[in-house]
Amino acid sequence: MHIVVDTDRCVGGGQCVMAAPEIFDQNDDDGTVVLLRADPPPDASAAVREAARLCPALAITLVEEEQ
Amino acid sequence: MSATVGHVVVVGASAAGVTVADTLRDEGHDGRITLIGAEPERPYDRPPLSKDVLAGTREPAATALRTHTHYEDRGIELRTGRTVVSADPTAREVQLDTGETLRYDVLVAATGVGPRRLPLGLPHGQRRPHRLAGVHVLRTLHDLAAFRTDMLTAHRVVVVGSGLLGMEVAATCRGLDVGVTVVSRGPAPLHGQFGATVGGKVAALHVEHGVDLRSGVGVADLTEARGRVTGVTLTDRSTVAADVVLVAVGSDPHTGWLADPMRGLDTADGLGCDAYCRAAPGIFAAGDVARWHHPALGAPVRVEHRMNATEQGICVARNILGAAQPYAPVPYAWTDHYDARIQTYGFMGPRHQFAVVEGSLTERRFVVVYGMHGRVTGALAWRYPKGLRRARELVAQTAPWAEIHNRRRTSAAMSTTTAATTTTSLHSRGVLR
Repeated sequence: MHIVVDTDRCVGGGQCVMAAPEIFDQNDDDGTVVLLRADPPPDASAAVREAARLCPALAITLVEEEQ
Repeated sequence: MSATVGHVVVVGASAAGVTVADTLRDEGHDGRITLIGAEPERPYDRPPLSKDVLAGTREPAATALRTHTHYEDRGIELRTGRTVVSADPTAREVQLDTGETLRYDVLVAATGVGPRRLPLGLPHGQRRPHRLAGVHVLRTLHDLAAFRTDMLTAHRVVVVGSGLLGMEVAATCRGLDVGVTVVSRGPAPLHGQFGATVGGKVAALHVEHGVDLRSGVGVADLTEARGRVTGVTLTDRSTVAADVVLVAVGSDPHTGWLADPMRGLDTADGLGCDAYCRAAPGIFAAGDVARWHHPALGAPVRVEHRMNATEQGICVARNILGAAQPYAPVPYAWTDHYDARIQTYGFMGPRHQFAVVEGSLTERRFVVVYGMHGRVTGALAWRYPKGLRRARELVAQTAPWAEIHNRRRTSAAMSTTTAATTTTSLHSRGVLR
């Protein structure tokens, strides 16, 4: 799984940080998403999917790698 | 599990309805899903309408909630431009405006809200205000296109109502250098949402940006010439000349299709539900239209915010699949005005206790918490998103009001730059009400 975030769309709600704190953070200034790990470990994928689903700005896109 | 679910009909194809459909698919429902939307467009996102789409910095098409092929790819039968006119919970059927009848096993009401309009019987003249050219509401992409066209050539827009929508539109219009008058029934904009102190900050910000703010008055009448609005007369008898009027005086839930008393549903204010967002056997509600029993508050609530549409949609889908999960969110909302973003968690209003916990009101970068009956119920941040996340814990735990004093001490000790102002605002302000 690969994560792409759109910081222009991000509204700084921090839902992603609560869902997957190892993967997402917020910048201090405006709360916009900071991606800590664009390629999360497999055991984080459920939390990352929840983060993407919760994002009220649809700013998180997940690219599933095909084998 | 999903073999017993059968055909899920979701009425309303905006954020809540789309989330219900997607979550059902993601979490194992392989039966039929029909998603019915009244608007002709494929499902789109509403918050940008009063912000970047109105400003012209985002194309209307870029508000799409999902890709064009998403619904087909996921096996979701999307019917746009179709209205459900009634439901029969006994026969488990809904009737469409086409005359068609659809059988369902599970029905989800996600029909949202519609804008309130000015009273029809304004004292002067017989003409209904919303029939005048230049008078608008803003809820849909269709509304947006009409309002935006008029607004771009306007000398002055009068915004009637000073809630979230009205004030965001006022800010966006000022950004385009269009003259704006806001008519606010309350003492300050957003007073009903955030209380007097934050409302006063919002008022000052808008006035600095050139908004002509008329507080504590209502609209008595509209003036017109040849079927087009020419201005408004206020209840203090003053007049404002305007070529465009936006009516943003709140909204009402779309429950007309469920309102027949014979059906035994509670549609007094939205569709009444239990803690699982269930209105009746086989009927659920999500998003703006849902009034449910919040287990942590012990009271029925209805939340008209974007984040709730997603969170409640997820919960409803899981409960359809048998999760039996009470819905107890800490509602999140945000609103943008010029360079200021205001974000909130939980519940707050003019009658709540109020205290600053981080930052300073005078610097216009702060976090405040709200309380009721000795408990923290909400938090608000003005240009202070990380501080808000810290305050969220207090809201999530409905912490005793006394605990905010510890919080203040900690934050003052942590931040030497804001310690002085924090302490000052604490002592002078304390608990206002």
